[in-house]
Amino acid sequence: MHKQYSNKWQILVFLLPALILFCGILIAPIGASLYYSFFDWNGIGAKTFIGLSNYKELFHSNAIGFMKALRNSLLLAALSVFLQLPLALAFALTLGKRIKGERFFLSVFFMPVLISTVVIGQLWLKIYNPDYGILNVFLRSIGLDNLAQIWLGNKKTALGAVFVPTLWQYVGYHMLLLYAGVKSVPYELREAAMLDGASDAQINRYIVLPYIKPIIRISVIFAVTGSLKSFDLIYVLTNGGPLHSTEVPSTLMISMLFLRNRFGMGSTIAVLLILLCFGFALLINAIFKEEN
Amino acid sequence: MKNTGKGARIAIYIGLIFWALINLFPVYWMFTFSLKNNAEIFGENVIGLPQHWLWSNYTSALKTGHMAKYFLNSAIVATATILITLGVALMATFALTRMIWKQRKNLNKFFMLGLTIPIHASIVPVYVTLSRLHLLNTYWALIIPYSAFSLSMAILVCTGFMNEIPRELDESACIDGCSTWGIFLRIIVPLMKPAVATVGIYTFLQCWNELMFANIFISKTALKTLPVGVQALSGQYTTEWGPIGAALVLATFPTLLLYVFLSKKIQDSFVAGAVKG
Repeated sequence: MHKQYSNKWQILVFLLPALILFCGILIAPIGASLYYSFFDWNGIGAKTFIGLSNYKELFHSNAIGFMKALRNSLLLAALSVFLQLPLALAFALTLGKRIKGERFFLSVFFMPVLISTVVIGQLWLKIYNPDYGILNVFLRSIGLDNLAQIWLGNKKTALGAVFVPTLWQYVGYHMLLLYAGVKSVPYELREAAMLDGASDAQINRYIVLPYIKPIIRISVIFAVTGSLKSFDLIYVLTNGGPLHSTEVPSTLMISMLFLRNRFGMGSTIAVLLILLCFGFALLINAIFKEEN
Repeated sequence: MKNTGKGARIAIYIGLIFWALINLFPVYWMFTFSLKNNAEIFGENVIGLPQHWLWSNYTSALKTGHMAKYFLNSAIVATATILITLGVALMATFALTRMIWKQRKNLNKFFMLGLTIPIHASIVPVYVTLSRLHLLNTYWALIIPYSAFSLSMAILVCTGFMNEIPRELDESACIDGCSTWGIFLRIIVPLMKPAVATVGIYTFLQCWNELMFANIFISKTALKTLPVGVQALSGQYTTEWGPIGAALVLATFPTLLLYVFLSKKIQDSFVAGAVKG
């Protein structure tokens, strides 16, 4: 047995397909993206080495507007952590203490996560439609005609209009993670606290929340890195417009690559996104450690 | 719930029902307007059930809107991705959990890195490579990257299940003269059905809904998958909403159907992927 399972060649054969696929598509491209980011390159012709020029241009050029895109995605991250997560946590705590209809509400709240973002985006395009969209129809029907507007076409409202469905869609995702955590709290702990006369709020505050802290940390990391990477809904709703007011790093990266053929610059944005995601994940981990 | 007052309980339920309605309404609205004509959608009957059930919206979406083709493409890509992911992941997991060698713990950690790597990292290099190999605008342009990005999650799930299978089974098979491949194929794989189901569903949902790769690697109408196809169709039918609604329903119902029957399993797979990552 031991001999049969220690055969080096056999082990390699079992691992090889996974290693090729994983290294070829996920690991090597990180290095390749970093390499491309030092070049001026249109994707087909010769590459010109330009050192850190792409990075410098990205941070200083107002024409590209990377800082604005980054600010937008950081704003989304903040809203996600301070609006979406508390709402998700409230649902998780409520559903986690054995109430009637627990399964039903859980399943309904999680449903938007499974629907394709393109479908969600198309539906919201219809909701926001200036002439026939139900949002404006509703506002007009209750006499608030002056509030009805071109939600996605107006520089002032577009960012908010894009954020609402983005935040809404993933409330259920965070709720599900946190709910799994709430459910893992041993019942004896709750029971003991109840016998001591603790209220629901006190049980949540002193028993459940400390217990599910590791999952809250995961949720915060996902909320922040997910916001930095966000693409699908924004692409469908505005694709960064009007006048770049809803641009985020991902939409900027795609337009650099496939509208302007600037593969070096596109790679630079990709590298910065990876660094930001890992950086924020480490930072959030550190903050949660500090608190302990 | 016992030590909550009646008033508080009512408030809680109002909150829950309100949020449930917000989540159900877009889906309800999508289903109803997919069966209406413009006159109903645009004024006569905005949120009610359709007065005249206009099934022709579905025929236009399927034929003129190419939805039948997009649907088939998505099904092909999803099926191939699931098969490749499962085959590759089961083999790797077998080596990682059963076979005996020094670095297996570290290699497992290495594979788990994939749970956190954003797809942005791959876009440019994979695009360039696919284009050099003349694989852009083929099913492989999606199947290979999708399989690679599903791999970490698949190995994670398979590892959990494979560790549960008692080692005695391997030993008795070995004594009976079974080869390593024989043990893998005849003993281990048949016992991995629950893992196969979880990985299959999770992988299906990921590639059925994926937009960024599909948008970049495929430009031929004949090969587009649903997310990109729906985008194209909505550009084609800017003034007529009925067929767009029909297309959205067609793209969504497999997922919803799966969810109705397997909601617990789907939810568990999402939790498993997150908590380890």
